[in-house]
Amino acid sequence: MAFSTTITTAGDTATITLSGELDASSAPQFKAEVEQAASQGAKKLVLMMQDLEYMASAGLRVLIFAKQKMGADTDIYLVGTQELVKETIEKTGFDQSVYMVDTYDD
Amino acid sequence: MERVDIHPTHQHGQFKLRVGRPLPFGATLVPGGVNFSIFSSVATGCILVLFERHALQPMAEIPFPDEFRIGNVFAMIVFGLDYENIEYGYRIDGPYDPPAGHWCNPSQIVMDPYAKVIGGRDVWGKTPNWDDPYPHRARLAFDDFDWENDRPLEIPPEDQIIYEMHVRSFTRHPSAGVKHPGTFAGIIEKIPYLKELGITSIELMPIYEFDEFENSRPSPVTGETLYNYWGYSTVGFFAPKAGYAATGKFGMQVDEVKNLIKQLHKHGIEVILDVVFNHTAEGNEKGPVISFRGIDNKTYYMLTPEGYYFNFSGCGNTLNCNNPIVRNIVLDCLRYWAAEYHIDGFRFDLASILGRDPWGAPLANPPLLESLAFDPILAHCKLIAEAWDAGGLYQVGTFPAFGRWAEWNGKYRDTVRRFLKGDGGMVGDMAQRLQGSPDLYARAGRGPATSINFITAHDGFTLYDLVSYNVKHNEANGENNNDGSNDNESWNCGVEGETDDPGIIALRQRQMRNAIAMLLVSQGVPMILMGDEVGRTQYGNNNTYCHDNELNWLDWNLLQKNADLFQFVKHCIAFRRAHPVLRHREHFRNHDYMGSGYPDISWHGTQAWHADWSASSRTLAFMLCGKHAKNGSTPDDFIYVAMNMYWEALWFELPRLPVGLQWHVFANTGVAAPGDSCKPGQEPPLADQKGLLLGDRSVTILIGR
Repeated sequence: MAFSTTITTAGDTATITLSGELDASSAPQFKAEVEQAASQGAKKLVLMMQDLEYMASAGLRVLIFAKQKMGADTDIYLVGTQELVKETIEKTGFDQSVYMVDTYDD
Repeated sequence: MERVDIHPTHQHGQFKLRVGRPLPFGATLVPGGVNFSIFSSVATGCILVLFERHALQPMAEIPFPDEFRIGNVFAMIVFGLDYENIEYGYRIDGPYDPPAGHWCNPSQIVMDPYAKVIGGRDVWGKTPNWDDPYPHRARLAFDDFDWENDRPLEIPPEDQIIYEMHVRSFTRHPSAGVKHPGTFAGIIEKIPYLKELGITSIELMPIYEFDEFENSRPSPVTGETLYNYWGYSTVGFFAPKAGYAATGKFGMQVDEVKNLIKQLHKHGIEVILDVVFNHTAEGNEKGPVISFRGIDNKTYYMLTPEGYYFNFSGCGNTLNCNNPIVRNIVLDCLRYWAAEYHIDGFRFDLASILGRDPWGAPLANPPLLESLAFDPILAHCKLIAEAWDAGGLYQVGTFPAFGRWAEWNGKYRDTVRRFLKGDGGMVGDMAQRLQGSPDLYARAGRGPATSINFITAHDGFTLYDLVSYNVKHNEANGENNNDGSNDNESWNCGVEGETDDPGIIALRQRQMRNAIAMLLVSQGVPMILMGDEVGRTQYGNNNTYCHDNELNWLDWNLLQKNADLFQFVKHCIAFRRAHPVLRHREHFRNHDYMGSGYPDISWHGTQAWHADWSASSRTLAFMLCGKHAKNGSTPDDFIYVAMNMYWEALWFELPRLPVGLQWHVFANTGVAAPGDSCKPGQEPPLADQKGLLLGDRSVTILIGR
């Protein structure tokens, strides 16, 4: 499935919804969204991952970029991450840098 | 202001280029592009070959323009690469003349010796495409891992307890019950086990990328595939083994390894790597061209005058470690692992080779060993030498240490094994080993922690097999039982191999405990082989290098089956950690320098204060005075250890303690479990303070407080 993202901002929370496959070809698009959220001064980044089916190394690199770009005091939530993607995030240890949750309510 | 130096000056097809930076070697991300740098003293030309990940054929070949070569280094920045998705190699043009030592051949694609990630063996045991023109593929690595303030632990050397293990074997057995069997991620799930056991450091058998299909073949016994399982045959020194990573198929092994190290550090456990710089996976002249051979054969390998490979490693070739170029790659490699992966130490396989000159002669002052000893980045890393090589150099006690190097103490292993099985004439030697081998190290001013004490290691019998087999049984290796050591100093306790005889089983259990007890009360650094704490067997195979099966995998069912052995080992480790007097930083002086009325160490036998040093003696006891612990800086209790390796029970008279103190029993291997040991701190007082009866072949450890 093709990759797509949408971003919405409410207060200092930026919510990015991802779907499809996050790989080397789609990562730059995701990265642009993260940069946009950062430039708007978001203090909380919520990534809706329910429809993200696959994440390659490039995708992980953008997550790491997001964490480092937005600073240690920015909380990142990964919401409803599918098992395959979740495993990748856990095995590489990125799960300790973010909050992995099943659902997210303001 | 926009930087000017990120603009291309050259073009090749669609690729924009600029002259590169010769250092660092390898492929490095720079603004807007990737800097490729490779050294060859013989190349007349060089072509960068780029692939899309997994594609069989290259997507581009970019020759280095002449003006991009500085000295013997080709360096080029290529802009606009999709660096997540490329693999790269080189074609080296230059002389092809094997008798003269030259193997350049531009029809072959060779791998960057500095490759930080290597694809091609992404999933363990997956049969490679043998038609791939470039089987080991260099990729780019990223250094954006979130370490969260982690750094190497720098545990004082004398306080270490090392656990030697194989990444895949540790959790590959179905009984391991982990989500990702046989991987770095699998180890993370077993951290609670390592914590419970109490070790301070794990030593991982090789994790640099190797090819498990090197010399793979069907077993003549079972038909299953025999692999290069242990991996003592490096393909790339800078890249972790992808097949050991659950994420290897996604190319994320770098992050997975770093995460493992971070998690271990969080739990106070160090990571030591077993590194193999003595030879490479290219083997002799019949081996494959992977990297070094096709780039600069004469620089990287020791060659005979006829152009053949010197074989001091027993593996076909010998890395030319004291050539200044090769010295630098070794140094660069270790610095990289220390800085980028937070590795705590290194154990060097067949390290004596690192002290040979380019023609194979041992050097008095080997520059590589000296460089490593004084390196600013490696300053707090443990450096441990396997102080011998396959060319006959044996340097236990004489390894050029420069005040820094520790050694695998092969003499410790041999002495303790012989004493354990009841050989006569061992008591004097044993006294040295228990003290951290001052006979080997003290004269040169090297402390007890120089001695890495071990009774078993991956090479040779497991502890269970050491007490269950008189001779090796390596038929499964398919080499007619000709491989592996014949010199095992083992004893089967009466029957070769498995038995139902309860007397023999009990004796073996006792012998294993005796060995563990001796190991953990010896000065120096104890090293335990994975699985010995639960009585792991290799069924008498003392060289299981090729088996991806139950001969190597740790069977976690043993944890229930031998629960009382595990408890004994755990207690002995905890006991060592509780008592600084067992972890001296300097050698004993054999006199009372603290005014305690007792020397720091004293020797005893069946009579107190009178050790029997005769050749027929098989008993030895010693007492440590806790007032002298760590030179008096950390007061501790008295500890008394009696070893009766005689085949009958003997009465041991005890040295008298200062008024007010009493002997308490920590361990007695002559007593059936669970009474064989107790939790440190909960030792019950000894009924008769004047002496004790030590059963045949047993060890008792007392504490005076």
